[in-house]
Amino acid sequence: MAKSHKPVVWFPFAAGGTVIAFCIPVIVVLTFLAALGHVPAGLGYDRMHAFAASGIGKLIIFGVVALSLWSSAHRLRCTCYDFGLRADTLVATVLYIAAIVGSIASAVFLLRI
Amino acid sequence: MSRKPLVRECPPTTWYFRQPRYLRYMSREITSIFVGAYCVLLVIGLQRLAAGPAAWEGFLLALRSPASVVFQFLCLVAAVYHAATWFNATQKAMPLQVGEGFVPGNIISGAHYVAWAVLSVVVLFLAGVF
Repeated sequence: MAKSHKPVVWFPFAAGGTVIAFCIPVIVVLTFLAALGHVPAGLGYDRMHAFAASGIGKLIIFGVVALSLWSSAHRLRCTCYDFGLRADTLVATVLYIAAIVGSIASAVFLLRI
Repeated sequence: MSRKPLVRECPPTTWYFRQPRYLRYMSREITSIFVGAYCVLLVIGLQRLAAGPAAWEGFLLALRSPASVVFQFLCLVAAVYHAATWFNATQKAMPLQVGEGFVPGNIISGAHYVAWAVLSVVVLFLAGVF
Protein backbone atom coordinates (compact mmCIF):
# COMPACT_ATOMS: atom_id res chain seq x y z
CA MET A 1 0.00 0.00 0.00
CA ALA A 2 2.81 2.39 -0.80
CA LYS A 3 0.79 4.22 -3.39
CA SER A 4 -1.80 6.70 -2.30
CA HIS A 5 -5.25 6.67 -3.84
CA LYS A 6 -5.57 10.35 -3.05
CA PRO A 7 -4.69 11.70 -6.52
CA VAL A 8 -7.62 9.72 -7.94
CA VAL A 9 -9.95 11.54 -5.56
CA TRP A 10 -8.13 14.83 -5.74
CA PHE A 11 -7.91 15.39 -9.46
CA PRO A 12 -11.66 15.19 -10.13
CA PHE A 13 -12.19 17.25 -6.96
CA ALA A 14 -9.97 20.09 -8.15
CA ALA A 15 -11.25 19.90 -11.72
CA GLY A 16 -14.81 19.74 -10.38
CA GLY A 17 -14.25 22.71 -8.09
CA THR A 18 -13.07 24.75 -11.06
CA VAL A 19 -15.99 23.61 -13.21
CA ILE A 20 -18.46 24.39 -10.42
CA ALA A 21 -16.94 27.83 -9.92
CA PHE A 22 -17.01 28.71 -13.61
CA CYS A 23 -20.19 27.00 -14.81
CA ILE A 24 -22.69 26.32 -12.02
CA PRO A 25 -23.57 29.97 -11.17
CA VAL A 26 -24.62 30.77 -14.73
CA ILE A 27 -26.52 27.46 -15.05
CA VAL A 28 -28.36 28.28 -11.81
CA VAL A 29 -29.18 31.73 -13.24
CA LEU A 30 -30.76 30.02 -16.27
CA THR A 31 -32.93 27.63 -14.23
CA PHE A 32 -33.73 30.42 -11.75
CA LEU A 33 -35.04 32.52 -14.64
CA ALA A 34 -37.14 29.52 -15.69
CA ALA A 35 -38.34 29.18 -12.08
CA LEU A 36 -39.44 32.83 -12.13
CA GLY A 37 -41.44 32.16 -15.28
CA HIS A 38 -39.03 33.72 -17.80
CA VAL A 39 -37.84 30.55 -19.54
CA PRO A 40 -34.77 31.49 -21.64
CA ALA A 41 -35.19 30.55 -25.30
CA GLY A 42 -32.25 28.18 -25.03
CA LEU A 43 -34.04 26.12 -22.40
CA GLY A 44 -36.90 25.28 -24.74
CA TYR A 45 -37.17 21.59 -25.60
CA ASP A 46 -36.03 21.88 -29.22
CA ARG A 47 -32.86 23.84 -28.55
CA MET A 48 -32.00 21.96 -25.36
CA HIS A 49 -32.56 18.63 -27.11
CA ALA A 50 -30.51 19.70 -30.13
CA PHE A 51 -27.65 20.75 -27.83
CA ALA A 52 -27.75 17.49 -25.86
CA ALA A 53 -28.02 15.48 -29.09
CA SER A 54 -24.77 16.89 -30.51
CA GLY A 55 -21.49 15.21 -29.65
CA ILE A 56 -19.90 18.34 -28.22
CA GLY A 57 -23.05 19.10 -26.22
CA LYS A 58 -23.04 15.61 -24.71
CA LEU A 59 -19.37 16.00 -23.81
CA ILE A 60 -19.91 19.41 -22.17
CA ILE A 61 -23.00 18.32 -20.24
CA PHE A 62 -21.39 15.09 -19.07
CA GLY A 63 -18.17 16.87 -18.09
CA VAL A 64 -19.99 19.53 -16.08
CA VAL A 65 -22.41 17.14 -14.37
CA ALA A 66 -19.95 14.32 -13.58
CA LEU A 67 -17.13 16.57 -12.34
CA SER A 68 -19.56 18.67 -10.28
CA LEU A 69 -21.08 15.54 -8.75
CA TRP A 70 -17.68 14.13 -7.84
CA SER A 71 -16.40 17.40 -6.39
CA SER A 72 -19.63 17.89 -4.42
CA ALA A 73 -19.40 14.36 -3.04
CA HIS A 74 -15.87 15.02 -1.84
CA ARG A 75 -16.82 18.38 -0.34
CA LEU A 76 -19.92 16.94 1.35
CA ARG A 77 -17.70 14.24 2.87
CA CYS A 78 -15.48 16.94 4.41
CA THR A 79 -18.56 18.92 5.50
CA CYS A 80 -20.02 15.89 7.27
CA TYR A 81 -16.73 15.39 9.11
CA ASP A 82 -16.54 19.05 10.09
CA PHE A 83 -20.08 18.97 11.47
CA GLY A 84 -19.10 16.11 13.73
CA LEU A 85 -20.19 13.09 11.69
CA ARG A 86 -17.00 11.10 12.14
CA ALA A 87 -18.00 7.85 10.41
CA ASP A 88 -15.79 8.90 7.51
CA THR A 89 -15.45 5.55 5.72
CA LEU A 90 -19.22 5.10 5.63
CA VAL A 91 -19.89 8.69 4.57
CA ALA A 92 -17.19 8.55 1.88
CA THR A 93 -18.48 5.23 0.53
CA VAL A 94 -22.09 6.44 0.34
CA LEU A 95 -21.22 9.79 -1.25
CA TYR A 96 -18.70 8.48 -3.79
CA ILE A 97 -21.08 5.69 -4.82
CA ALA A 98 -23.83 8.30 -5.21
CA ALA A 99 -21.53 10.42 -7.39
CA ILE A 100 -20.59 7.41 -9.56
CA VAL A 101 -24.24 6.34 -9.90
CA GLY A 102 -25.24 9.92 -10.81
CA SER A 103 -22.47 10.13 -13.42
CA ILE A 104 -23.41 6.78 -15.00
CA ALA A 105 -27.08 7.80 -14.96
CA SER A 106 -26.36 11.08 -16.73
CA ALA A 107 -24.24 9.24 -19.34
CA VAL A 108 -27.14 6.82 -19.95
CA PHE A 109 -29.67 9.68 -20.25
CA LEU A 110 -27.38 11.55 -22.64
CA LEU A 111 -26.95 8.47 -24.84
CA ARG A 112 -30.74 8.13 -25.04
CA ILE A 113 -31.10 11.68 -26.40
CA MET B 1 6.62 8.11 34.13
CA SER B 2 5.57 10.56 31.52
CA ARG B 3 4.36 14.06 31.62
CA LYS B 4 0.71 14.80 31.46
CA PRO B 5 -0.26 14.33 27.80
CA LEU B 6 -1.54 17.34 25.94
CA VAL B 7 -5.24 16.96 25.30
CA ARG B 8 -6.68 19.48 22.92
CA GLU B 9 -10.32 19.96 23.65
CA CYS B 10 -12.16 20.17 20.39
CA PRO B 11 -15.91 19.76 20.57
CA PRO B 12 -16.66 17.89 17.31
CA THR B 13 -20.00 19.55 16.58
CA THR B 14 -19.57 23.12 17.85
CA TRP B 15 -15.87 23.94 17.30
CA TYR B 16 -16.54 26.42 14.53
CA PHE B 17 -18.33 28.86 16.85
CA ARG B 18 -15.04 29.61 18.55
CA GLN B 19 -13.52 31.86 15.93
CA PRO B 20 -14.99 34.07 13.21
CA ARG B 21 -12.63 32.55 10.64
CA TYR B 22 -13.88 29.06 11.50
CA LEU B 23 -17.40 30.34 10.88
CA ARG B 24 -16.35 31.74 7.51
CA TYR B 25 -14.78 28.39 6.69
CA MET B 26 -17.99 26.58 7.63
CA SER B 27 -20.17 29.01 5.69
CA ARG B 28 -18.18 28.02 2.62
CA GLU B 29 -18.46 24.33 3.54
CA ILE B 30 -22.26 24.66 3.66
CA THR B 31 -22.37 25.77 0.02
CA SER B 32 -21.44 22.19 -0.92
CA ILE B 33 -24.85 21.02 0.35
CA PHE B 34 -26.66 23.31 -2.08
CA VAL B 35 -24.32 22.67 -4.99
CA GLY B 36 -24.58 18.91 -4.39
CA ALA B 37 -28.38 19.08 -4.29
CA TYR B 38 -28.37 21.20 -7.43
CA CYS B 39 -26.24 18.57 -9.23
CA VAL B 40 -28.95 16.02 -8.41
CA LEU B 41 -31.48 18.41 -9.95
CA LEU B 42 -29.33 18.56 -13.11
CA VAL B 43 -29.30 14.75 -13.39
CA ILE B 44 -33.11 14.73 -12.97
CA GLY B 45 -33.33 17.39 -15.68
CA LEU B 46 -31.30 15.22 -18.05
CA GLN B 47 -33.63 12.30 -17.36
CA ARG B 48 -36.64 14.50 -18.15
CA LEU B 49 -34.99 15.81 -21.32
CA ALA B 50 -34.34 12.25 -22.50
CA ALA B 51 -37.98 11.33 -21.75
CA GLY B 52 -39.37 13.69 -24.40
CA PRO B 53 -40.99 17.11 -24.88
CA ALA B 54 -43.90 16.61 -22.47
CA ALA B 55 -41.59 15.46 -19.67
CA TRP B 56 -39.24 18.41 -20.26
CA GLU B 57 -42.12 20.92 -20.20
CA GLY B 58 -43.31 19.31 -16.97
CA PHE B 59 -39.81 19.70 -15.53
CA LEU B 60 -39.70 23.40 -16.45
CA LEU B 61 -43.16 23.83 -14.90
CA ALA B 62 -42.09 22.03 -11.72
CA LEU B 63 -39.19 24.48 -11.39
CA ARG B 64 -41.76 27.23 -10.81
CA SER B 65 -43.08 25.85 -7.51
CA PRO B 66 -42.41 28.19 -4.55
CA ALA B 67 -40.13 25.62 -2.87
CA SER B 68 -38.11 25.37 -6.08
CA VAL B 69 -37.81 29.15 -6.39
CA VAL B 70 -36.48 29.41 -2.82
CA PHE B 71 -34.16 26.43 -3.37
CA GLN B 72 -32.73 27.88 -6.56
CA PHE B 73 -32.23 31.28 -4.98
CA LEU B 74 -30.24 29.64 -2.17
CA CYS B 75 -28.31 27.61 -4.77
CA LEU B 76 -27.49 30.79 -6.65
CA VAL B 77 -26.14 32.48 -3.51
CA ALA B 78 -24.15 29.34 -2.60
CA ALA B 79 -22.77 28.92 -6.13
CA VAL B 80 -21.65 32.55 -6.38
CA TYR B 81 -20.10 32.43 -2.90
CA HIS B 82 -18.29 29.20 -3.77
CA ALA B 83 -17.03 30.68 -7.04
CA ALA B 84 -15.80 33.92 -5.45
CA THR B 85 -13.96 32.13 -2.63
CA TRP B 86 -12.54 29.60 -5.13
CA PHE B 87 -11.15 32.36 -7.35
CA ASN B 88 -9.80 34.24 -4.33
CA ALA B 89 -7.95 31.07 -3.34
CA THR B 90 -6.37 30.53 -6.78
CA GLN B 91 -3.60 33.05 -6.07
CA LYS B 92 -2.54 30.94 -3.06
CA ALA B 93 -3.15 27.58 -4.73
CA MET B 94 -1.23 28.24 -7.93
CA PRO B 95 1.28 31.05 -7.62
CA LEU B 96 2.77 31.94 -10.99
CA GLN B 97 6.48 32.58 -11.22
CA VAL B 98 7.86 34.80 -13.96
CA GLY B 99 11.64 35.14 -13.91
CA GLU B 100 12.76 35.87 -10.36
CA GLY B 101 9.49 37.15 -8.97
CA PHE B 102 5.91 36.01 -8.65
CA VAL B 103 2.96 37.46 -10.49
CA PRO B 104 0.90 39.53 -7.99
CA GLY B 105 -1.93 37.48 -6.50
CA ASN B 106 -4.58 40.03 -7.45
CA ILE B 107 -3.77 39.55 -11.12
CA ILE B 108 -4.19 35.76 -10.89
CA SER B 109 -7.53 36.03 -9.08
CA GLY B 110 -8.58 38.94 -11.29
CA ALA B 111 -7.90 36.93 -14.44
CA HIS B 112 -10.18 34.18 -13.11
CA TYR B 113 -12.93 36.73 -12.39
CA VAL B 114 -12.63 38.12 -15.92
CA ALA B 115 -12.75 34.62 -17.46
CA TRP B 116 -15.75 33.82 -15.25
CA ALA B 117 -17.59 36.96 -16.36
CA VAL B 118 -16.84 36.35 -20.05
CA LEU B 119 -17.92 32.69 -19.88
CA SER B 120 -21.12 33.59 -18.03
CA VAL B 121 -22.06 36.29 -20.54
CA VAL B 122 -21.34 33.93 -23.47
CA VAL B 123 -23.50 31.18 -21.93
CA LEU B 124 -26.33 33.64 -21.20
CA PHE B 125 -26.11 34.92 -24.77
CA LEU B 126 -26.11 31.42 -26.28
CA ALA B 127 -29.09 30.51 -24.09
CA GLY B 128 -30.98 33.46 -25.53
CA VAL B 129 -31.31 35.49 -22.33
CA PHE B 130 -30.35 38.63 -24.26
